Amino acid sequence: MKIVIINYGAGNIQSIRFAIRRLGYDAVLSSDVDEIRNAEKVIFPGVGEASSAMKKLRESQLDQLIPNLTQPVLGICLGMQLMCNRSEEGNTNGLGIFDVDVKRFVPQSPKGTIKIPQIGWNKIEHLESDLFKGLQEDYVYLVHSFYAPLCKETIAQCTYGSDYSAALQKDNFYGTQFHPEKSGDYGANILRNFLAL
Amino acid sequence: MLAKRIIPCLDIKDGRTVKGVNFVDLRDAGDPVELAEIYSQEGADELVFLDISATEQKRKTLADLVYHVAEKVSIPFTVGGGISSVEDVDILLQNGADKVSINSSAVKNPQLINDLVAKFGSQCIVVAIDAKMIEGEWIVHLVGGKVPTERKLFEWAKEVEQRGAGEILFTSMDHDGTKDGFANTALAQLSTELNIPIIASGGAGTMRHFIDTFKEGKADAALAASVFHFKEINIKDLKEELNNQGIPVRI
Repeated sequence: MKIVIINYGAGNIQSIRFAIRRLGYDAVLSSDVDEIRNAEKVIFPGVGEASSAMKKLRESQLDQLIPNLTQPVLGICLGMQLMCNRSEEGNTNGLGIFDVDVKRFVPQSPKGTIKIPQIGWNKIEHLESDLFKGLQEDYVYLVHSFYAPLCKETIAQCTYGSDYSAALQKDNFYGTQFHPEKSGDYGANILRNFLAL
Repeated sequence: MLAKRIIPCLDIKDGRTVKGVNFVDLRDAGDPVELAEIYSQEGADELVFLDISATEQKRKTLADLVYHVAEKVSIPFTVGGGISSVEDVDILLQNGADKVSINSSAVKNPQLINDLVAKFGSQCIVVAIDAKMIEGEWIVHLVGGKVPTERKLFEWAKEVEQRGAGEILFTSMDHDGTKDGFANTALAQLSTELNIPIIASGGAGTMRHFIDTFKEGKADAALAASVFHFKEINIKDLKEELNNQGIPVRI
């Protein structure tokens, strides 16, 4: 199976590559339009800041390519956020695949009620997609200051201050706010499900 | 609900875990990768690798270690020890580290925090603070608590937050090694005055100490070394006990 991890200079892609290797597959890092278009599965990672990540996507014209892909695509963390309409982070226009705007967590009183960023393991609930086939609600690893609110494309939710989207899906596009590659055996099963789509 | 984290800390010298780790079932007691895998299976939520080597090859040895840990382990890990530049951090993250922790270099050059956050994002920058109580005041120390600075803990912690750090790892040098419990009063104050996660370190001896640091110390995570390395506390048992006490943990 040809798996491509989109390489646009954003974040730690090594661990996604290793996680896929632990499942018995090899993934290629690429920013080449043809190579991405011809892959059977595409992973769209992202760690860092939204506006500079979008800028990098535009420079390599990946912003035109990604929304038109037809194979299963999985956006992870910032990757998922960039697939949304907009993000409050740097007032960034996203790829517009998921019809939702990304917002910043707001500190609640008393101070320290919710820490920002959210760092650690939180439970995902109300799982509704083949991405979670055969899986129960369980803990996943998240690190983020911005989130996608609940919307019609929500396929898993999480609670931090309020309920929000832990994962989104529209047609062949999937996005997880959490890091499946860092979420132990449970995360590995989610990645396995994605590769089986 | 976000779970409280349990974090074993491994001291690394020249790519190997330092002596003092007492795992009878390890094929190679000095292999950090194997130890990391065991902790991950026992239910550790994260790992911290603290490099204490001082050789010229340090940078390469550490990068190799990070690569091999990332290859095998599917939980997040932080690397610290002697990191002092944007380039150091870049190499570690490229090799698969999730976060880095900086300590002395941040005290000496606070702008480093801003530079790292601008380039890599808050989420992967942990600032470690070692402090000791002197005449009723928490004073930041360097070199494993040997050298006092002029900085006060709470002021420095706030500055660290303002400069964009994603987390603070607070070690009380008064509690470290005592096995008498964490510095919960100071921890609770940090947690109340700051809005970023606080990792408690120094003083773990019993399961009760972990319960107290989450309840009284309001810590978001607790780090320990010897109680795990010497199997005085099993992580699985600890998490069950925390769960019984109503503390949210990943089981």
